[in-house]
Amino acid sequence: MSPYKILVVSLSFALLAGCASQDIPDPDRDDSVYGSEDGANTDGMGGSGLGDGEAIDYDPTGGELTNIIYFEFDSSELRPDDADVVARHAMQLANSSHLSVRLEGHADERGSREYNIGLGERRSQTVRRLLLIQGASASQISTVSFGEERPAAMGSDEDSWAQNRRVEIKYTN
Amino acid sequence: MRRLLVTVCLISTFLTGVAQAELDIVITEGIKRRPIAIVPFGWQGSSQNIPLDVADVISADLTRSGRFAPIPRDDMLQKPTSGVDMDFDDWSILGVEAVVVGRVTQTGDDAYSVQFQLFDVFGRDQLVGYRMPASSSTMRRVAHRAADMIYEKLTGIAGVFDTKVAYVTAEERRNGRLYSLIVSDQDGENEYKIMESNDPIMSPAWSPDSRRLAYVSFEGNRSSIFIQTLRTGNRLQVSSKPGINGAPAFSPDGRKLVLTLGGVDGNLDIHVLDVNSRQSKRITTHRAIDTEGSWSPDGRYIYFTSDRSGGPQIYRVSANGGTPERVTFEGSYNARPRLSPDGSKLAMVHLDRGNYRIAVMDVERKDLLVLSAGSQDESPSFAPNSDTLIYATRTGRNGVLESVTADGLIRQRLASGQGDVREPVWSPFQRF
Repeated sequence: MSPYKILVVSLSFALLAGCASQDIPDPDRDDSVYGSEDGANTDGMGGSGLGDGEAIDYDPTGGELTNIIYFEFDSSELRPDDADVVARHAMQLANSSHLSVRLEGHADERGSREYNIGLGERRSQTVRRLLLIQGASASQISTVSFGEERPAAMGSDEDSWAQNRRVEIKYTN
Repeated sequence: MRRLLVTVCLISTFLTGVAQAELDIVITEGIKRRPIAIVPFGWQGSSQNIPLDVADVISADLTRSGRFAPIPRDDMLQKPTSGVDMDFDDWSILGVEAVVVGRVTQTGDDAYSVQFQLFDVFGRDQLVGYRMPASSSTMRRVAHRAADMIYEKLTGIAGVFDTKVAYVTAEERRNGRLYSLIVSDQDGENEYKIMESNDPIMSPAWSPDSRRLAYVSFEGNRSSIFIQTLRTGNRLQVSSKPGINGAPAFSPDGRKLVLTLGGVDGNLDIHVLDVNSRQSKRITTHRAIDTEGSWSPDGRYIYFTSDRSGGPQIYRVSANGGTPERVTFEGSYNARPRLSPDGSKLAMVHLDRGNYRIAVMDVERKDLLVLSAGSQDESPSFAPNSDTLIYATRTGRNGVLESVTADGLIRQRLASGQGDVREPVWSPFQRF
């Protein structure tokens, strides 16, 4: 699992609320909402001076087998060469029941963001179905789609888009 | 010469950073900007200077609307601070249609009274006058409120200067990308970061009372939906099922969320979640991608994107479920539907000759109007007055925000935020 941190910063509307409520009375106003206590200010590990480091994904194939599958535009079909790659991952999973994978689906940046989440998921599911057919068990596989939110290449051109339409097979233990 | 240019750029960038968030009007076509005078406000208080240049805030608001051209202060022949000192002839000579005068009076330690009056020069009459209490921290908002009243009186359209915008930013950092969820005033001032994460944040959605935001977070490499209360920063995880949890939108009564669930088999469908009971109901069952649900203002329908016909198109279904009906037929790609608060217009992302652009469909007449001019425009969101939309477009690698009137006549770029700015959502009217 890659490292993450979350910072929740309070957004205080209390002062504004006090002012505005004088000129526009709000019949639905719930006075308890206007308390004076400060908001939560939860900081993760930021500010400690420690670097965040970098997660290392476990790859039982020792890097011999690619774990990125690329897709054509508007397609969730595997290319013939990649079917073989997926088959070898399936064998890996079938032979080692303690292994599990997370399939991370991605789309290129074009079009609407949530629809692209759907396109990324469709690609993950193509890989998932193949893994299942070839002996992996459902409990070994989870899927997530990042849509266009985590591009591998940052450009807005055909080449970058091709690199971004992908499924990453990540071994999680 | 080249060095001089660079220096000028650096200085102007610096000024933008420390002074007001800058808004450039990119296009103003087919609209005559009406001359108006916003006279500097008078000040009566213990300190030398007025705590906030209220007239400047009002003037900036009206300028940004694209419909008014406030005259420079130096051109004013008189600077009255109340109606009794108005000489209408002086303003007639200048050709201004309307004059705003006002003053700020200190009434306590950190208490002020802000009053303004709007006069019609031709009719020699007061159109609206109002007095509002303020503190130093609320005075900017009071000024926006005054601008709202002035704008509505002069145009017949409700002003939206006293509203907020939420959006997501992504910045490249040394150790990866940092995603932030930001809330700011609609003029870009008062930015608050309400959440940040090294994992993506998506799809912010306002509650109808504008006190909460729902959003999608990928923390832990899985998607979940949270509802965060803005004032406290407290948040609640409301959906974290296996697979996709996405595209939340509040119902008009604020009690339900429409959202997209994918499940382990990855079949994205529209569901409705009761926020209090956490009971959810599946609304669509098609094996295609069904996502991006949003409610009609009367709460009867859910509009959503589906590619059941091949490419993505917009459909609507009864909020209780049933058979969806297709809404869009023009073009091969229509997604992310959002109805205007008055229910008359449907905004969407529309593929227009190879470019993804914001379009609005008239719900009655069904005709489609393309409003934006970029190639990767997305996330249209209506202002609460149904007159203006905000959306994200691209300049180079970065996303920036633009607003456009629903008739397409006034389009502006908003300079805001750091890094790649995306997914703006306009707040409802602030009722508190």
